[in-house]
Amino acid sequence: METAIHELTAGYALDALEPTEREAYERHLAGCARCQEELASFWEVTGALAAAADGPAPSPALRERILDEARAEKQTVVPLESRRRISPVLASVTAIAAAVAIGLGIYAISLHGQLGDTKSALSAQQSAAAVLADANATTVALKSGSGRLVVAGDGSAVLVLDELPAAPSGKTYQAWVVTGRVPVSAGTFTSANGQAIVPIPRTVPSGAVVAVTVEQAGGAASPTLPPVAASDPV
Amino acid sequence: MPAPIHAVVPLPDPPDLWSMRRHLAHLSDEALVALVARGDEAALAELYDRVGRVAYGLAFRVLRDDRLAEDAVQEAFLGVWRTAAGFRAERAKASTWILTLVHRRAVDLVRREERRRADPLDEATSDLATSESAEDAAWLGFERERVQAGLRQLPHAQREAIELAYYGGFSQSELAERLGVPLGTIKSRMFAGLTRLRELLQDGAEEGSWKPQSTS
Repeated sequence: METAIHELTAGYALDALEPTEREAYERHLAGCARCQEELASFWEVTGALAAAADGPAPSPALRERILDEARAEKQTVVPLESRRRISPVLASVTAIAAAVAIGLGIYAISLHGQLGDTKSALSAQQSAAAVLADANATTVALKSGSGRLVVAGDGSAVLVLDELPAAPSGKTYQAWVVTGRVPVSAGTFTSANGQAIVPIPRTVPSGAVVAVTVEQAGGAASPTLPPVAASDPV
Repeated sequence: MPAPIHAVVPLPDPPDLWSMRRHLAHLSDEALVALVARGDEAALAELYDRVGRVAYGLAFRVLRDDRLAEDAVQEAFLGVWRTAAGFRAERAKASTWILTLVHRRAVDLVRREERRRADPLDEATSDLATSESAEDAAWLGFERERVQAGLRQLPHAQREAIELAYYGGFSQSELAERLGVPLGTIKSRMFAGLTRLRELLQDGAEEGSWKPQSTS
């Protein structure tokens, strides 16, 4: 078994694993120094393969578009490393997970979470207030939709949405925490007076994205794309 | 006499930008990523100037579509812009990190689009619309020959598995089906092939044993 998952390092470096296998490998990688080292050396090889790809040169407009976009985007300062040390390779993996999540909708639909809030409305409001009052909280911009995601030092988070119309009749809003490629439900909620303050009932790890979809009343087991709002990677 | 606009909107003077760019030119890629993590746009531009050519070439090879390839490169560089603080240089080179992001994005896109190239092994990209410098072209040509020489030394089945996966965007299970061999065989071919290619490239780098092929 150990040998089998170790051998996946090559497929992972070549981006040739199926989504479920990719996730299983990343979980394994977190605790396997041997695979981390092997992966780093395989990435050097794939980097050489990239340089040898022999494709055409990009249009000069691409450079300007990237720089314009970067400038327009209020850069979210993500102190990934200031809170806790993680291994360099794992840090790269986290960054890749974040990049993968950027597109939202490219993830495999597999759901591990359970639906609905476990907290009462009152305690949810209290936890939201605690997060918003946390001096160490970081604010993450939304990639789409209007509002922001506030993440406290302990990973608890509140999604604040502005200009959110009431959900259509028979529908509800549902929040999702997307870590890597796996969206996990963070419960359903409604909009009041064009605004919603949504406590996320689970911790939001570095690299994760919080997204909102419109679902049938009662919520769905997997998100219906496209999302109506999505944060930048935390 | 027009109003003194610069007093209202203090834009940096072009000469300052130029000296900034010259200042960045001697920094390592990894140092540039550290600057990017602090929101330095000039550092992002410099990184793009160094890696963008290869990044786009790779994305285009996988996606075979200029718009999709541009999307992949743009999203990867914006991923760099957003997550540079998470990069640590102890193990991975910055350029490798960026190309890994580009490749992952390109593969995700090609699988989503179901754009399947007829045969990714075909070399059909000689008509390069390039504006690159001769220096860049020479380096890329060297690197390409070095890697091609390594690939040629692999057993055919291993080379095929690596090229179809990396340049074709095929997953291991897709390849098992396409080539009609057990999944375990594909996994072993990729592992053995990448391990051997690593040795070949390291040997070439260390001993300088690699000799350019005569151009033909």
